[in-house]
Amino acid sequence: LSRIGDELYLEPTESGLSLRAVNSSRSGFSSFLFAPLFFQLYEPGSAGPETEVFRCKVHMKSFLGIFRSLPSLEKTVGKCLILLKPRASRLVLQLHCKYGVTKTHNLAFQECEQLQAVFDTQRCASHLCAPARVLAEAVVHFAPTLAEVTLGTGPGGKISLRNYVEDEAEPSKTMVTELWLAEDEFQSVAVAPGSHITFCLKEFRGLLSFAEASNLPLTIHFDAPGRPVIFTLDDTVLEVHLVLATLSDLQSNSQSPSTNGASHLPALSDDFADDLESYMVAMEASEGGSERPPSPTFPLRTPWPAESKPEEEEEEEEEEEEGAVPGTPPHKKFRSLFFGSVMTPGRPGLATTQEVLAEDSEGE
Amino acid sequence: MPFSAQPPASGERYALSASLDNARHLSSLLRAVHFQDHATCLATASGLRVTVEDAKCIQANAFIQAEVFQEFSIQEESVMFRISLSVLLDCLTIFGTSSLPGTSTALRMCYRGYGYPLMLFLEEGGVVTVCKINTQEPVELLDFDFCSTKVVNKIILQSEGLREAFAELDMTSEVLQITMSPDKPYFRLSTFGNAGSAHLDYPRDSDLMEAFHCNQTQTNRYKISLLKPSTKALALSCKVSIRTDAQGFLSLQYMIRNEDGQICFVEYYCCPDEHITEAEL
Repeated sequence: LSRIGDELYLEPTESGLSLRAVNSSRSGFSSFLFAPLFFQLYEPGSAGPETEVFRCKVHMKSFLGIFRSLPSLEKTVGKCLILLKPRASRLVLQLHCKYGVTKTHNLAFQECEQLQAVFDTQRCASHLCAPARVLAEAVVHFAPTLAEVTLGTGPGGKISLRNYVEDEAEPSKTMVTELWLAEDEFQSVAVAPGSHITFCLKEFRGLLSFAEASNLPLTIHFDAPGRPVIFTLDDTVLEVHLVLATLSDLQSNSQSPSTNGASHLPALSDDFADDLESYMVAMEASEGGSERPPSPTFPLRTPWPAESKPEEEEEEEEEEEEGAVPGTPPHKKFRSLFFGSVMTPGRPGLATTQEVLAEDSEGE
Repeated sequence: MPFSAQPPASGERYALSASLDNARHLSSLLRAVHFQDHATCLATASGLRVTVEDAKCIQANAFIQAEVFQEFSIQEESVMFRISLSVLLDCLTIFGTSSLPGTSTALRMCYRGYGYPLMLFLEEGGVVTVCKINTQEPVELLDFDFCSTKVVNKIILQSEGLREAFAELDMTSEVLQITMSPDKPYFRLSTFGNAGSAHLDYPRDSDLMEAFHCNQTQTNRYKISLLKPSTKALALSCKVSIRTDAQGFLSLQYMIRNEDGQICFVEYYCCPDEHITEAEL
């Protein structure tokens, strides 16, 4: 999660403890849901139907600092107690260590709104599942500094991975690395032929390391370029999701590099129309809640039908996010896949709504 | 001790003359108190004491007993001088700091007396280096007046239990708060940093606790930047004794066993930052 964002969002729910992070450009979102069974004891606190679920966020660095040295943790720590004390404004992490030693950390937290991503793995045309090791071994061939990678499907069911080279790059100075994986390396392959997506490798590497360490198969759900790619890890007590924006073909040539997706919103509004299902709503931002006229290139999709549970569609992760988290556009040339909130005529401003975008799109 | 360099002429009288087969026995101990450039050396018949001070609040002493040396002779009752500890350490480790098995640097140390430089003869693998380090007028040292009769609380812990804690101290906290009490939390180290507060509790019946003599609940704060260097001494030691007196002065004594199994001591004394009677969370 620290590879995604600087803040760790915590949300204790009946279905488990959810830890989430979003990146600054709102083009990447990740969540880990630990089921109650993961814990020796899990008490989400008295949250009745009327009571709001308590949510907070802490600085990622402060939280990670407590678990600094993993090898020594494994040797010395017996159990960890996590207490959320709203009245004291403290998140208490208590490590019970060898020799009866107790380490208690009282972290300051900030209350926050819900951080949710809306995505639907069912709506993705392509799905791939592979042991994490296969993907890790593939990714090792790319430079650690590589920003984006393109995943594609080729003839004979082969899957390709290629480093993404920006248009501005000089052909003579760039090196292209491409590797192909046979279908039988994957546990399951159900892909639309000739499809390809380009996403941020750095953010994916974080999840990949985790998957490798926990020896879990990784599922990749993707669709057309520009639609988010969803990575999921599934386990009996853990559901992990990573949602990343992908580069849109439309943007790759025409878009001028800009680090702030918001500035693109007016121009990109056309493109948002089809991304009803995938958008991230961050509580804080809603950049450009512009209305979205139908896009000439992408057919306007109908609002999320009741059939697909807006939240439930986690393609990769078992865990469903309770809602979708629309994100703001990713960096540079990535299409603003995620935006603050979807505006429909007559609706209140984006900044004020935290609702799932799917609902908002009724007017479309 | 085989020594191919010219030993000091027999006619000269050296106020202090000492030989050590393995200079590491001295250099590792001196590193544990090296938080200031200069140190005061005091040699008596019982051995060598090297003192480093800072901010008039903290004092560290490294003791190497005469028995640790292969030869230790002193012509006066006591010999005292101030010297650059950084230079002394650089000389002692002139053949490198990595310890290959089987190799060691032999040391011979000579001091003619007041005003003379400290001479070091170092030999390893047949190569000899001679160093002359200028000495200075000794300055007055702090006297913490810490004696066993004034001790209010005392704990002896196995260093293993504290090493990680000190290495990972939250340095964004200005102080290290130490609570010692006959009741819970017994022995607690606390920091108050940017991320929040952290407390490390050691119960009195812990396996790490070799001795627990706390008579009164005391909570004292010490500047963390002053105590952080003691982590080096902790890393070398097998046991540490933690004592406080009625004024809240802190004494940390580290028992260090060298490669040959000989025991040496390093101690740190520190003034409290503020005197508080209740633990603040």
